[in-house]
Amino acid sequence: MYTGIPRWVAAIAAVGALFVLLPLAAMLGRVNWQQFIPLITSESSLTALGLSLRTAAASTVLCVLFGVPLALVLARGDFPGQRLLRSLVLLPLVLPPVVGGIALLYAFGRQGLLGQTLEIAGLRIAFTTTAVILAQTFVALPFLVVSLEGALRSAGSRYEAVAATLGARPTTVLRRVTLPLVLPGLASGAVLSFARSLGEFGATLTFAGSLQGVTRTLPLEIYLQRETDADAAVALSLLLVVVAVVVVGLSYRGPAPAGSGGRPAHSGVPERVPA
Amino acid sequence: MRPGIRAAAVLVAAAVATGLTACAAPAADAGKTLTVFAAASLKAPFTALAEELEARNPGTRIMFSFAGSSDLATQISQGAPADVFASADAKNMAKLGDAGLVEGSPRDFATNVLTIAVPPGNPASVASFADLAQPGVKTVICAAQVPCGAATKRVERETGTTLTPVSEESSVTDVLGKVVSGEADAGLVYVTDVLAAGNKVQEVPFPESAQAVNTYPIAAVRTGKNKDLAAAFIEAVTGPDGQRLLRGAGFGTP
Repeated sequence: MYTGIPRWVAAIAAVGALFVLLPLAAMLGRVNWQQFIPLITSESSLTALGLSLRTAAASTVLCVLFGVPLALVLARGDFPGQRLLRSLVLLPLVLPPVVGGIALLYAFGRQGLLGQTLEIAGLRIAFTTTAVILAQTFVALPFLVVSLEGALRSAGSRYEAVAATLGARPTTVLRRVTLPLVLPGLASGAVLSFARSLGEFGATLTFAGSLQGVTRTLPLEIYLQRETDADAAVALSLLLVVVAVVVVGLSYRGPAPAGSGGRPAHSGVPERVPA
Repeated sequence: MRPGIRAAAVLVAAAVATGLTACAAPAADAGKTLTVFAAASLKAPFTALAEELEARNPGTRIMFSFAGSSDLATQISQGAPADVFASADAKNMAKLGDAGLVEGSPRDFATNVLTIAVPPGNPASVASFADLAQPGVKTVICAAQVPCGAATKRVERETGTTLTPVSEESSVTDVLGKVVSGEADAGLVYVTDVLAAGNKVQEVPFPESAQAVNTYPIAAVRTGKNKDLAAAFIEAVTGPDGQRLLRGAGFGTP
């Protein structure tokens, strides 16, 4: 493998890395260590952390459920408007989350497009945990779609074509060939979605509100604590950083960079193509 | 905020961020620019006052940063370049005072009280403060950590009413937003918020609000560069022009 990186590139990379790490280090310097454990184990903190983990897990499930078909359609399909569909699906990546929150409000809110229908069906979304999960799914879905679509494209469709010529039905090809091939890409996409859901703030604040145990996730708790108790806000921020690092670190082992669409190093190419 | 002021604020922010303030603004010009950090609720009357002052004193520019008082106090204590600080409560002014950043003693210039905002048509038929505690009424309030939430807690204590809100927001604007969008049946906001929202919400006044009056103090910042202009601005706010504009926006006399 070629490793000849010019020195000046390495120097600029160091500045870039420092830019990301310095604020985190500065935050570490402000942590009140004597009070750290009591601060992060207070009732409101634990409630917020629990809610964050539960909602982020639920959002990740929804992202996989809807994101995998979307990525397949975008990577393998060939239809008019495909590029437009891709741009629209990826829109939440570039939208300010607060805009996402306003949009969700007008779709699922009480006075929204579907609000009346949902209310008749007995479904209340406003100010519930469901609203938090919807907001998180909205902002996190593109991360899964981008990762998986990249993995699908770089994996190519040769094995799928062979399987099809050997008589496998499309669903069989998907289950036995395509998904095993892109499993690492799917996993990193799911982790990214989880991490994004965990950090979701703007859309939740706008769309779901903020109530302890119901809608006040860890980022919202941090935002509120900051008003009166800077120590608590810093301690909780560190907690969120640690949770994010653990989640991302656990799943990003190996050289396969997520989202870049690079072919996974250990992609487990099926040895036998099932007929 | 007027586009000019906003553009200038952005430029200054960019200049500060890149450490180019000294190059961007000649010393002579800096003497005529005042930077005011003010509570978000003061946006309309303060912007109008600044326009009057700028028209009367050509060459003078007044720039604003409107945000939550606690955010502003934190920013100033972290070195943000403010000449004047106008807070929505005494607590955040005291925070700055404790940090030794207040010049002289703060002057109270306005008061604000809570009121009930409901969506047009008042769908949940809210008529009193006690109605907010009715089951089925979706009430949104400020969290106890922010000034409007502290005032709400005070009213709850005084009236012996316990609210069970569907959401405790971290700013009064978020409470108003939930009422304007019709998500909430009622929200506890300031009188001035209802006035500024126009016909997007209806007001249900309640007499118990008199038990929680928020007083707004204003003071010059010790680290400010422009002491004379800061004093003149505070004079204008506490003087007839400022008071007339504040009354018009719904603020009371301290």
